[in-house]
Amino acid sequence: MGYTITEKIFSAHLKGKKVKADEFVYASVDLALGNDITAPIAIDQFKKIGIGKVFNRKKVVLVPDHFIPAKDIKSAQQAKVLREFAAEQKIVHYYEVGRMGIEHALLPELGIIEPGKLIIGADSHTCTYGALSAFATGVGSTDLAAVWATGYCWFKVPKTIKFIYRGKFKKWVCGKDIILYTIGKIGVDGALYKAMEFTGQVIKSLSMDERLTMANMAIEAGGKSGIIAPDEKTFEYLKTVNAKRYKGKSGQKQFISDMKRWKSFYSDADAEYETVVEINVSDIEPQVALPHLPSNTKAVGKVKKMRVDQVVIGSCTNGRISDLRIAAKILKGKKVHPKVRCIVFPATQAIYLEALKEGLLEIFINAEAVVSTPTCGPCLGGHMGILAEGERAVATTNRNFVGRMGHKNSEVVLSSPAVAAASAITGYISHPDAV
Amino acid sequence: MKIKGKAWKFGNNINTDEIIAARYLNTFDAKELGSHCMEDINKEFPKKISKGDIIVAGKNFGCGSSREHAPIAIKGCGISCVIAESFARIFYRNAINIGLPILISQDAPRHIKEKNIIEINAIDGVINDLTQKKTYSTDKFADFMQEIVNSGGLLNWIRKKGLAKR
Repeated sequence: MGYTITEKIFSAHLKGKKVKADEFVYASVDLALGNDITAPIAIDQFKKIGIGKVFNRKKVVLVPDHFIPAKDIKSAQQAKVLREFAAEQKIVHYYEVGRMGIEHALLPELGIIEPGKLIIGADSHTCTYGALSAFATGVGSTDLAAVWATGYCWFKVPKTIKFIYRGKFKKWVCGKDIILYTIGKIGVDGALYKAMEFTGQVIKSLSMDERLTMANMAIEAGGKSGIIAPDEKTFEYLKTVNAKRYKGKSGQKQFISDMKRWKSFYSDADAEYETVVEINVSDIEPQVALPHLPSNTKAVGKVKKMRVDQVVIGSCTNGRISDLRIAAKILKGKKVHPKVRCIVFPATQAIYLEALKEGLLEIFINAEAVVSTPTCGPCLGGHMGILAEGERAVATTNRNFVGRMGHKNSEVVLSSPAVAAASAITGYISHPDAV
Repeated sequence: MKIKGKAWKFGNNINTDEIIAARYLNTFDAKELGSHCMEDINKEFPKKISKGDIIVAGKNFGCGSSREHAPIAIKGCGISCVIAESFARIFYRNAINIGLPILISQDAPRHIKEKNIIEINAIDGVINDLTQKKTYSTDKFADFMQEIVNSGGLLNWIRKKGLAKR
């Protein structure tokens, strides 16, 4: 029997020991990430271990992005804890306001995620990096502290559910619709403790941005990770984000050697899967997830007139440049409905700058949307767009739990950037064709 | 170790936003977090419970965010143990890592009623519903996990094993 890509990544972090699903392992970790909410606890725990220095200052990542720019004094204090720890430990990957972005959009664009890496993060959406063929999973703060102290983490190697996507997208359908549809099909615990491996012709044709969106939401099906095998698009992406490293003749040589290593991470034809789920995307309409679970999905056309107070376009799920391009395409020359607040937040500074250069920000502002600084703020009901009692938002984010974006009697409907932008114009949940 | 308390029932897919809303994540003080535990789905829950009470829930308890604030809040408000049909993965790790007792049982959550008095023997994993006079067994932890539980959490386990060295 062969191995899944996930089993191969674990085996590569166990000094050559080959492992299969369900085995408990103590594996070496390549990157260990925390943010301004989770890292302060990790730092507190780390100090209790009493060993002074982190295992490797180049493998620790700290991104203050959740309540940052600081929304209140307590949040400022938490950010200060990170800042001081980063300075004291000489952390290489610490990103301050002005350089930071939403962690899961930032790390891939920095070029520090690559196929075969084993990454943990004290943030549940760490699974995003599976789009770049890494095994990446969310953990809590104490786990993070333990990795900082030891360089290792314990895992149960997950079984894998293989998803095969076939068919052709209808107009406006994108990666977000497919992952919402998948979660709707298997439920919020449908992949509990499992790796979700996304395969098939449809995945091959998806852009890296859309792949990141899909892997990002694996956790919303309970998945331990979402993963996509590396292909030409992966290599092209890594070449672009690491343009400096791969410049010139010696750079080219380095790229070829790196690519050879990346290519060794794929699932064997006879790998063992727990189940295989086949999905034909040809019949799928743009999706929404109605309150209060990401699995509560419906084709947008089947939603009865539902008023919208706020539209949020951004987040680690859909705040990348291609998401902003789609939203801008729909909002161009139009106005946000007078009763709607539309908030666009590019996920990183680089995305913000690119959107600026492409004229997207001008389109948003002319449409009377507001463009915010990169932050996780509104997505988790932190700041920069909290909902009042009885209000409803359409958001390109990843969760629509009770009170997620504000008051416990407010609602969040999840959608793609296209549906969100269309809804901003009409004032109710709308198919992009409606505008 | 014996745990005894009143049961507080919750349904399926109780997520970490419901356990502790993000608006309180600018601190990790256990008492403060505890005072807001579950408030969006069961108003004044922390005031209603007595120290030592037990949460009894359905499937996928603790799904959503990785915030360790969730088990800290549960512990902080005085809950002594969570029994559920299943736990979301990160919450499960976090609870074990910080030493919040959790038990998996298929039957207990389906039969135990709110405010029943429950007694748990955490060593052999037996749940006694003293009100309904019924006994339930629980899923055993894997040996590896039991080792962490026995050590009193992850940091103690690391210390005991001498894994953090420079």
